[in-house]
Amino acid sequence: MVLEAGDTAFVLICTAMVMLMTPAVGLFYGGMVRNKNIISMIALSFISLAIVTIQWVTIGYTLSFGHDIGGLIGGLDYIGLKGVGMDGDGIPDMLFMAFQLVFAAIALAILTSGVAERIKLSSFIVFGLLWTTLVYDPLAHWAWGGGWAESMGALDFAGGTVVHISSGFGALALSLVIGKRIGFGKYSMEPENITTTLLGGALLWFGWFAFNAGSALAANGLAANAFVVTLISAASGALTWMGASWIKGKPSSLGMISGAIAGLVGITPACGFVGPLAAIVIGGSAGLLCYGTLLFRIHKKLDESLDAWAIHGVGGLFGALATGVFAVAAIGGVDGLIYGNVGQFIIQGIDAFVAVGYSFVMTYILAKIIDKTIGLRVTEEEEYVGLDVAQHGESMEL
Amino acid sequence: MKKITAIIRPEKLEAVKENLAEKGFNAMTIFNVKGRGEQKGICLQFRGKRNVIDMIPKIQIDIVVKNDEVETVIQTIQRSARTGKIGDGKIFVSPVEIVVGIRTEEYIEE
Repeated sequence: MVLEAGDTAFVLICTAMVMLMTPAVGLFYGGMVRNKNIISMIALSFISLAIVTIQWVTIGYTLSFGHDIGGLIGGLDYIGLKGVGMDGDGIPDMLFMAFQLVFAAIALAILTSGVAERIKLSSFIVFGLLWTTLVYDPLAHWAWGGGWAESMGALDFAGGTVVHISSGFGALALSLVIGKRIGFGKYSMEPENITTTLLGGALLWFGWFAFNAGSALAANGLAANAFVVTLISAASGALTWMGASWIKGKPSSLGMISGAIAGLVGITPACGFVGPLAAIVIGGSAGLLCYGTLLFRIHKKLDESLDAWAIHGVGGLFGALATGVFAVAAIGGVDGLIYGNVGQFIIQGIDAFVAVGYSFVMTYILAKIIDKTIGLRVTEEEEYVGLDVAQHGESMEL
Repeated sequence: MKKITAIIRPEKLEAVKENLAEKGFNAMTIFNVKGRGEQKGICLQFRGKRNVIDMIPKIQIDIVVKNDEVETVIQTIQRSARTGKIGDGKIFVSPVEIVVGIRTEEYIEE
């Protein structure tokens, strides 16, 4: 139990950079909604960060990283951060706790995609506490806290399953319970502040280096590998999505930045296990696959409004499987499918699909309970005037 | 000639534009405006607290047409902008004395 100064400094900086990604999700989403809801959309991400912080230090951290109970959930040894101190193995335990906290926060922020422009703030706060406790915390425990997925050998370097599958498929479930926005498919709901979305995308791209490289939890070669493949995958995703949308019309900046995010999501579980050339393939395929999913979503008239499902859900699922395909023993100690290790691919598949099923079903149930008791949705009039005025008493346009 | 000024719901603009174009009325000018009617905006009730939205965002369409086209335009706008709820807007018609085309130097006086 020796602290490493270099590692500690590195993870401290990474924690702050990942924290910045949560408001970045708000800006990314805020630019995609109508002007009357932009403040609400950005505020929801800040609120996610605030409520998850309190949840995490009281109960969330111990449920995720306490001693394992049956492979399913952590025990209550660290409740209220009891015994989480300034010492630790390489980095202080407190710092590890904070680094994990910012991951939990961004997951809840991503989920707001599914309820954009129609969620009642008070219900979101209650829902967010329940979701983080009953969906995110178990998944974090399974993958990183000594749960069944980790014991089975499932690989998730930086949270493709824990953060992206959970929030992406959660957002889909949530959007099905809350219902479509009034006028969806009838009136134009085009993004009204694309520059805000691009700014959010820039901050996400930047923060993702900390998200992925920081997950090495040390300033070492593995962190450098994660950093480099993250950069490559984002670039590759941006190019393939832009290229695919170019064939259908003009190459929108929104498509380009969405492709970059798809590439970043795709590489997240894989970044500690794959090399640079595999990152080109993973990012590029994630861009195409997520773009296809978005078109499918629009075709099916699903109002998962800002495409957390298409980008984070499906991108995360793809990334988990791709990790099982492209992993190289020389980087992360495990070989994947193309190096003859079929078993790893199957393990990745089981882990990912269990996470998909669990997050979708649990989110659906929680959303139903909230909807039946305190109601998820604002009134029709409030939705019409916009959540900025209706929920916050503020506005960009009045 | 008449100028038709229609104040409509912003989300109805696409439908109004489409239906006007179908009838052959392509030229128009639109403005983002805010306003209120006799109901003085919208009053949201939140646990007893009153939250009044005074001025509501609308779109104003200005379109200048020949006298005999006025009825068609009014009906087209009315049909495509109506929801039946408070806040659907208003249409005003006023006379236009002179129209000048800046490029074409066309000068039409009534």
